Amino acid sequence: MALRIVDGCVNCTACEEVCPNQAIVPGMPHYWIDPGRCTECVGDFDEPQCATICPVEGAIVDELGNALNPPGSLTGILPERAIR
Amino acid sequence: MGKRVEIPVVRAGSKQCGIARCGSEPSADLPEEIRKKVFDHPCYAEEAHHRFARMHLPVAPACNIQCHYCNRKYDCSNESRPGVVSEVLQPEEAVAKVQAVVAAIPQLRVVGIAGPGDALANPKRTFSTFRLLRRHFPDLRLCLSTNGLMLPEWASEIVALGVEHVTITINAVDPAVAERIYSWVFWKHKRLRGREAAAVLLERQMEGLERLTERGVLVKVNSVLIPGINDDHLPEVARRVRSLGAFLLNIMPLISAPEFGTYFGLTGQRGPTEEELRRVQQACEGEMMLMRHCHQCRADAIGLLGEDRHEEFSVQALVASARRNGGQKRVAEGDRRRVARVAVASRDGRLVDEHFGHATALRIYDVDEEEVREVEVRPIGHRYCSGEISCGEGEEVLAAVLAAIYDCDALLCARIGIAPWEAIEAAGIVPSGEYAFVAIDEALRAIYTELKTSRRLRRGAESARAA
Repeated sequence: MALRIVDGCVNCTACEEVCPNQAIVPGMPHYWIDPGRCTECVGDFDEPQCATICPVEGAIVDELGNALNPPGSLTGILPERAIR
Repeated sequence: MGKRVEIPVVRAGSKQCGIARCGSEPSADLPEEIRKKVFDHPCYAEEAHHRFARMHLPVAPACNIQCHYCNRKYDCSNESRPGVVSEVLQPEEAVAKVQAVVAAIPQLRVVGIAGPGDALANPKRTFSTFRLLRRHFPDLRLCLSTNGLMLPEWASEIVALGVEHVTITINAVDPAVAERIYSWVFWKHKRLRGREAAAVLLERQMEGLERLTERGVLVKVNSVLIPGINDDHLPEVARRVRSLGAFLLNIMPLISAPEFGTYFGLTGQRGPTEEELRRVQQACEGEMMLMRHCHQCRADAIGLLGEDRHEEFSVQALVASARRNGGQKRVAEGDRRRVARVAVASRDGRLVDEHFGHATALRIYDVDEEEVREVEVRPIGHRYCSGEISCGEGEEVLAAVLAAIYDCDALLCARIGIAPWEAIEAAGIVPSGEYAFVAIDEALRAIYTELKTSRRLRRGAESARAA
């Protein structure tokens, strides 16, 4: 059970600061979650902390590849209007 | 409470924005105690802005709120606007940068941290930068900008480090107004939204403002003027923040071009006309002193207000100059011995066992005649960038790596490609694959001897002068 950081991550470091397991490390081309350490915050917090502070929609996904912050959920900007 | 000074409302009359009317001295009307703190700060004293320079250090990439006028994805060298930077610095890199700027721009008086995220959402990076600056540049004034969310927690630390000026962005004092400006706030492990988020943010801003002013810190408030949302509300903001001791109000016109991809930009929220800005400034100036010479600078701006020389001082430019100047960074660290600093690509921390191209971090060691000391582990390519670097473009990646090892004399790895080899060598760093799978300790001693016999060891301040 582990989350993943995918393309879209802007390396802003916010998730690194809030991870209770020190599972998130800088990497190339973007941050990386150590699957051996990630607990999805179960037992520590109600919500996975990385996805709770991440400012970029779609940058953090679960094991099935589903975005924890889907398009439009953070900015209120509809996906078709978003500028990539 | 004793330290707060009563601040007069200085009416700006019909004065227009600064640049054209140099020589006026509004701060002459201020109490002496405040005047002493602002006369050489270009953002606080209008008459200072064309004589004294400031620089912003982009060491704080993380943010804990989302404003509708900000897009965290955007960091592009083609644009120049507040909150935007091209490269994020580690605290040590930031101090090296200050050193280079001090040498090139003697008018430098103020060093601030303003992002590109929020200074207080990155407390470790922000405060370790301030501590290093205090130690190496005791005469520079320090300032900080924040959204205020974490200000109550950090007010004491700010005071203890002697940060004299703090800017808080306060766009509203009523949650019903603020909820139209922020999409979320990260608070106590949850992402709050709507009015709940706005209420927490405003409450924290007011508490933080009061904690600073009662300890004698000068606080400027920035308010982004958003037509139809907070234009009629800003006089109330001015009254409230002044009653809590804020010293100066800076009303900034919203920047919302759609190409920036912000919520406001994409939803058609326009910025104010000059006439609208003037009207709101007039409505507020009876309440408190206004700043009218703001240039809405980037989080990595360098130079006098209205000029920005940040490109001259990019990490790449600094790598070149740091190499030319030999021991400069050693001086910054107060170390004048003959020391070799060596970067090592190693997976297990015992052997030189990693291919340079696979390394995501390098271990940094200082070696001298007597000992080997592990300095730190540096992530490479740990740059805040949404574009080129993350796309894996070779040159960009290499620039980031060079920036991470700019102060090293040599790089040891198991293998390395020809292109990076050449670039590293051209930067004046000795690349070596000769110690593949040798124990790190042993390899470091060998490379130290090699550097010494080939006279490639730098000698701190002495060789810097000689060069």
